[in-house]
Amino acid sequence: MSPHAALRDGTRAVFGRIENAFDVPFGPADNPLRHLGAMGFYFFWIIAISGLYLYTVLDTSIDGVYHSIQHFTHEQWFLGGIVRSLHRYASDGFVIVMFLHLVREWAFDRYAGFRWYSWITGVPLIWLVYMSGIGGYWIVWDRLAQFSAIASTELLDWLPIFSDPAARNFLTPDAMTDRFFTLLIFIHIGVPLFLVFMLWVHVQRISSIDHLPARRLALGTLATLLLLGIINPALSDAQANLALVPESVRIDWFILFIHPLTYATSPAVVWSLAFGVTLLLFVLPLLPHRKQAPIAVVDAPNCNGCRRCLADCPYAAVTMAPHPDKPGHEIAVVNTDNCASCGICVGACPSSTPFRSAEELVTGIDMPQQPIGALRHELERRLATLTGRTKIVVFGCAEGADIAALQGSDTAAFTLICTGMLPPSFVEYALRGGADGVLVTGCCEGGCHYRLGDTWTTERLAHRREPHLRDQVPHERVRQAWADPQDAQALVRALQEFRNDIETAAGGENRLKPYHRRTAQHVH
Amino acid sequence: MSIKPAAIVGQVILYGAFAAFIGYFATNPRYQHIGPDRALLKLSFAHFGDRDCRKRTAEELEKMPRNMRNPLDCPRERSDILLHVDLDGAPLYHGTLHPTGIAKDGISTIYRRFELPAGKHQLSVKMSDNVRVEGFKFVKEAEVELKPAQVLVVDFNPDKGGLFFQ
Repeated sequence: MSPHAALRDGTRAVFGRIENAFDVPFGPADNPLRHLGAMGFYFFWIIAISGLYLYTVLDTSIDGVYHSIQHFTHEQWFLGGIVRSLHRYASDGFVIVMFLHLVREWAFDRYAGFRWYSWITGVPLIWLVYMSGIGGYWIVWDRLAQFSAIASTELLDWLPIFSDPAARNFLTPDAMTDRFFTLLIFIHIGVPLFLVFMLWVHVQRISSIDHLPARRLALGTLATLLLLGIINPALSDAQANLALVPESVRIDWFILFIHPLTYATSPAVVWSLAFGVTLLLFVLPLLPHRKQAPIAVVDAPNCNGCRRCLADCPYAAVTMAPHPDKPGHEIAVVNTDNCASCGICVGACPSSTPFRSAEELVTGIDMPQQPIGALRHELERRLATLTGRTKIVVFGCAEGADIAALQGSDTAAFTLICTGMLPPSFVEYALRGGADGVLVTGCCEGGCHYRLGDTWTTERLAHRREPHLRDQVPHERVRQAWADPQDAQALVRALQEFRNDIETAAGGENRLKPYHRRTAQHVH
Repeated sequence: MSIKPAAIVGQVILYGAFAAFIGYFATNPRYQHIGPDRALLKLSFAHFGDRDCRKRTAEELEKMPRNMRNPLDCPRERSDILLHVDLDGAPLYHGTLHPTGIAKDGISTIYRRFELPAGKHQLSVKMSDNVRVEGFKFVKEAEVELKPAQVLVVDFNPDKGGLFFQ
């Protein structure tokens, strides 16, 4: 294993444990670490809305800018002051979740292959965030703003951009004009607008975007920021005075750390670091990574153009085109660049039902490395060999907890590419084929390696999404237990509990009538 | 779905830790930019170096079209600027500023900052904007008293008489 892979896997293990620890109080749906992208969007909207209010009460003249901010911070603390604090702390929160999101996607090996586009388009966002953040501190025009403006322009002047050093704009008090703040506001609004555009570009290759966190997490985060703003409000330093150098300043280390770093080293070091890290992030997808598995393949005779694969594909890899053989119908088309080889489309396809009488089960869209027909064949074979009082079939995924250890004389375990690949009809098929219960597992809730496998599976089994599990399937014989790779023991316990529950449940009156495909009729 | 009391406590602790983390590092620790009893000297100006012009003879002018009879023949390239700054008799900056631009016809600029101890200093600035001319065309010498945290700017503006301290 390469040092990079070892570092990445080690980080993933640490991240995974912290996520699991956060699951305890928050639950997976409200765990902020499992929804970092959504948290980023959420912080951005708080910044945007609070910023709009601040803009309306800001006087952009050279003297007015400082005093107008002081006015709404102190005289209108209950609104303007709190909104200002929200603006600042949400910006810090944005920076934190942005870097956590970056590290998490890297640690979970989500930067190469079909994900290269999302990774690459995310890198410029870091620059835009810092341009917005640093410029925002200038608007206050206090001693911190003065320090940041001069430090930033001194850093910029190292690059061969301006013929006249930009730092000369802050040489003396009379060097400043009102137009400076008008320009600054224009930039401070313009750059975030471009950031919105780039965020839109960033999420182009995913569907069903997690653009806002769950309501409880959103409210909890907002309440936390509000409380922080009341307890520790964002305040200005003394008004800027270019005749004096700020000896010491209270800097925002999340955004302005670059200035102390510049003075501790040199502009050359800082630019080398900035460009070096950016270049490294850009080339990361080119480094050796996990080979892309074969992508989904559409079978024209079995595709009826129902669009369920289009609706369920987490990476917008499916589009529709006129069917070549069925006039007036559509056919799914897989975009080779976008396909994640997750198989979620197979689970969405109504033709994947194992109840079809054809000896060779061919579905509308399938994974060459794990065809649905082979899964049915293997399920039938294993069901026939199961012994014991309570026979259980486990459907799991290759990215979640390893289910191989669950295998036994009374348990048949099937590892799918993603649990979302499981057509719900396979659950009923297993129960009618002799299983006493079906356990469905996969990556921890909200942590699906392919984004939506757990969500779609849960909704399909709960009759909220097509194709859904039929109503006559007794819910006490189907259980879901989501578990990450490090939660294998929890899965063992979940299986044991499930087995005990089935055994202690009254009789077998809720058992489905057996069904044997080869006789194509119910056995009484 | 209701939350268990223990989970609520856990969430409060984690939200609190998040708030404390942001709240602290948004303003702390304080960054000491320059030490106490220190002042800053900023040496900065932007000035075009001189050009080595030659006066055209009457014969040369006669041969030229009427609308192009400029009495001076100036090359596009500008001279380097020679700059010496001495503080208390010791060199603080001795250097040459090159004109910008591929054709070396642009402005020559400098922006340097020097941290100095506060107090009285003898400051001497000499500048020549034509290296082909012996000596320094612009000279400014003065005793300056710098207060702690004061910024003293050494600039150049022909309209203000050349070199000046502000």
